[in-house]
Amino acid sequence: MKGEIIFGVIAVLFVASFFYGMALNPDSEFGGADGQAEDVIAEIDSEYMPWTEGTWVDSLKFEPPGGETESLLFALQAAIGALVLGYFFGYYKGKGQSN
Amino acid sequence: MHIFEGFLPSPWWQLWFVFSIPVIFFGMYRLNKLVSEKRELLPLLAVAGAFIFVLSSLKMPSVTGSSSHPTGTGMAAILFGPAIAAVLSLIVLLYQAIFLAHGGLTTLGANVASMGIIGPVFAYVIYKAGMKANINFYVVVFLATAFADWATYVVTATQLALAFPAEVGGVAASLKGFLLVFATTQVPLAIMEGALTALIFKYVIQVKSDALVELNVITESVLNKLKGAGQ
Repeated sequence: MKGEIIFGVIAVLFVASFFYGMALNPDSEFGGADGQAEDVIAEIDSEYMPWTEGTWVDSLKFEPPGGETESLLFALQAAIGALVLGYFFGYYKGKGQSN
Repeated sequence: MHIFEGFLPSPWWQLWFVFSIPVIFFGMYRLNKLVSEKRELLPLLAVAGAFIFVLSSLKMPSVTGSSSHPTGTGMAAILFGPAIAAVLSLIVLLYQAIFLAHGGLTTLGANVASMGIIGPVFAYVIYKAGMKANINFYVVVFLATAFADWATYVVTATQLALAFPAEVGGVAASLKGFLLVFATTQVPLAIMEGALTALIFKYVIQVKSDALVELNVITESVLNKLKGAGQ
């Protein structure tokens, strides 16, 4: 139980720090850090454009049409991972018990 | 958060490919060897890969007012070494680059270098050093995986700073700007990842501890001590 309790405390502290962050940054939408990095780049070199735009690189990729599709794909990624995790932990646990 | 498509100009994106490709090949060689010699460990490999899948899909808010995601690579690095962690990361990064417009194909070399190679190397080195120093296993796992997560984003910041030196102050000045974005956002997330990975390792020890001994992750005596403590 000790491990779970320590994890629980850290998780609660994390959530608390998030609420604190919300209070500190009332106007923030908590956008991605990579988007902010883009702003830093724009400050350094205001004329920089991603050189791949409109080239063959784009044709290799699927661009989600909007936030909904994007969140679907992220959720799918998490679901697949969680499924595998749960399956094998259950498999090992069941195998251990039957021995 | 990975470097966007097209956001590394020449020669930087090519250089990072030159850095990453040999490690990926070495990782594939290691992976092949593992799969053919220790087939029974395949499920554990799937668990390590799935852990990266889950964690790198979770965009978590940070106290700084921005969001980023953990990496999950520290677990794979501790279990199978950094080279195999690099191959697993490549799979996730490819998925996100192709289907999610997250990260990019031209920046894949750089993103594999930060998330798949340098972060996991940190995890591996800290883990081995910590175990050698006889520190508590779970504390070592926490430290190794939290620092691997954090180091990943310090490397990302460095990669961008090298490619975009500021007019005044050069690389050092822009590194400060990028670190402010990436490294500070990542601190609470890294702590969270370290705690979660330590907890997952507790369950691995409960259900499949013999694999850890076989992979030389822990010694028999450390394992007995952990099991005796009954955490």
